[in-house]
Amino acid sequence: MDLLLESVSHRYADVEVLQNIDLAIPTGKIVCIIGPSGCGKSTLLRLIGGLEQPSEGSVLQIGEPPAESINPLTYVFQDFALLPWRTVEGNISLVLEDHGIRGSRADAIISDVLARTKLSDFRKALPKQLSGGMKQRVAISRALAVKPAVMLMDEPLSALDSQTRELLMDDLIGLWTREPFTSVYITHNLGEAVRLGHSIVVLSRRPGCIREIVEIPIPLIEREMGDTELEKKQKYLWDLMRDEAVAADQELLSV
Amino acid sequence: MSSSLQSNQQPGQSTDRPVFQQKKVVFRGGGFAPKSKRGVGAIVFILLIGFMELGTRAGFISNLTLPRPSDVFKTFVDLWSTGLLWKHLIPSLSRLAIGAFLGAFFGVAVGVMIGLFSYVRAGLVPIVAAIFPIPKIALLPLFVIWFGIEEPSKYALIAFGTFTPTVVATYGAVDNVDRSLIRMGQSFSLSWFSIVTKIVLPGSMPGILSGLRVSLAIAIILLVAAEMLGAEYGIGAYILEAGSLYDLERLFVGVAILSILGVVLSAVIGFFEKRLLDWRV
Repeated sequence: MDLLLESVSHRYADVEVLQNIDLAIPTGKIVCIIGPSGCGKSTLLRLIGGLEQPSEGSVLQIGEPPAESINPLTYVFQDFALLPWRTVEGNISLVLEDHGIRGSRADAIISDVLARTKLSDFRKALPKQLSGGMKQRVAISRALAVKPAVMLMDEPLSALDSQTRELLMDDLIGLWTREPFTSVYITHNLGEAVRLGHSIVVLSRRPGCIREIVEIPIPLIEREMGDTELEKKQKYLWDLMRDEAVAADQELLSV
Repeated sequence: MSSSLQSNQQPGQSTDRPVFQQKKVVFRGGGFAPKSKRGVGAIVFILLIGFMELGTRAGFISNLTLPRPSDVFKTFVDLWSTGLLWKHLIPSLSRLAIGAFLGAFFGVAVGVMIGLFSYVRAGLVPIVAAIFPIPKIALLPLFVIWFGIEEPSKYALIAFGTFTPTVVATYGAVDNVDRSLIRMGQSFSLSWFSIVTKIVLPGSMPGILSGLRVSLAIAIILLVAAEMLGAEYGIGAYILEAGSLYDLERLFVGVAILSILGVVLSAVIGFFEKRLLDWRV
């Protein structure tokens, strides 16, 4: 299932947040969206997943999601959004219960996703016992449990320290390599974007519109920290964004 | 920066540098961190009662101002041994249980509705604000007309008094549920009912329980008021009778029973908080 954004614009009251976004999200690819702070990246992601409605334009779903997909458009949030009163297992079963998956079927899915995110030993732990990186692993396994057609990741690694971020990036690359998934990945970290993105969409500052789409043809598995080709791409992205970021930083907030 | 620090620590290496005096950095970070000190509460209690006992025995507290604690205890033992204690306590406890249950139940229900539905909020919040400050005791005659002089009017008074603080605490608690969790629920296409029962209600449990602490204390206060409505037996009736006879020993026995009741209820809520809210950081 592909996603297609057709001239999507969005405004809150009289502040225009996004302007005329045309974007295709092809199956099996990770599309990274970067942009200066406040450019509407997260809003764009909420529009894509149907948590908000665009003021103009539309988000289209091309083709049907695979039959086994329980929740086709699934988010991974920056703040993890785990229920603190449920165990790791309970947090995953939460999203299965409502789709009528209980008992041994749910058990099998939970064991599978926990194994894929290396969490099998933490099945009965409460979120408060887990480190930030572990919590995000739980959130990722919860997302995997509903077999999403598209994973919508909203700065999933931004709340983590840089070592944990490296580890989780490796995990994400591992997950994708074993079983390619489609993803829209919002980040403000250019390093993450060049490591994980098949294409990188650069948004301008508010009102956000697409400045450029940078393709990175190197396979994910071959991308390593300190790769000169990636460094060059990252430098190129930074040059694109630098002035915008300076201007965005000096903008007064209207809130 | 670090190199200059190192040379300060090893003054022997660079002889031309002046040798500075060493001084410990002053610790400024203490206090403002409440810790649980076991037994201090009990010691304060014992000291206070000991002082009263000593004062009344030595005579610098007259028997008219305070009853002697040992006499109060004797009166309590009498009450116990004659079986009157249970005769008073059981009707009081059942009034408290039924009244407080009704008030808390409807309070939580209405509070959750206010938290969830904008129309209910717009319609009921002003009404709750209007009935909250009414002293429920002032409405006693009204309750008698509505519910009769028997038990129902006592239940109603206690229920009414517990209702409003529970409503306010509950909708505040619902408002405080992390919105990002609710958005998460929606993003996984959970049903509205599931979001309410699995996310909103457990998330507001801490606020509801701390609201219940207040509501149940109010329920005990109102118990005494309710038993002013011609109750033959009950802790409130016992206190009122002792009060009108200026029987300070019996008055204090009744008051002490209410205090103990308050401590027990608070401990029960504390137990539930431990059991239900062990997920809190």
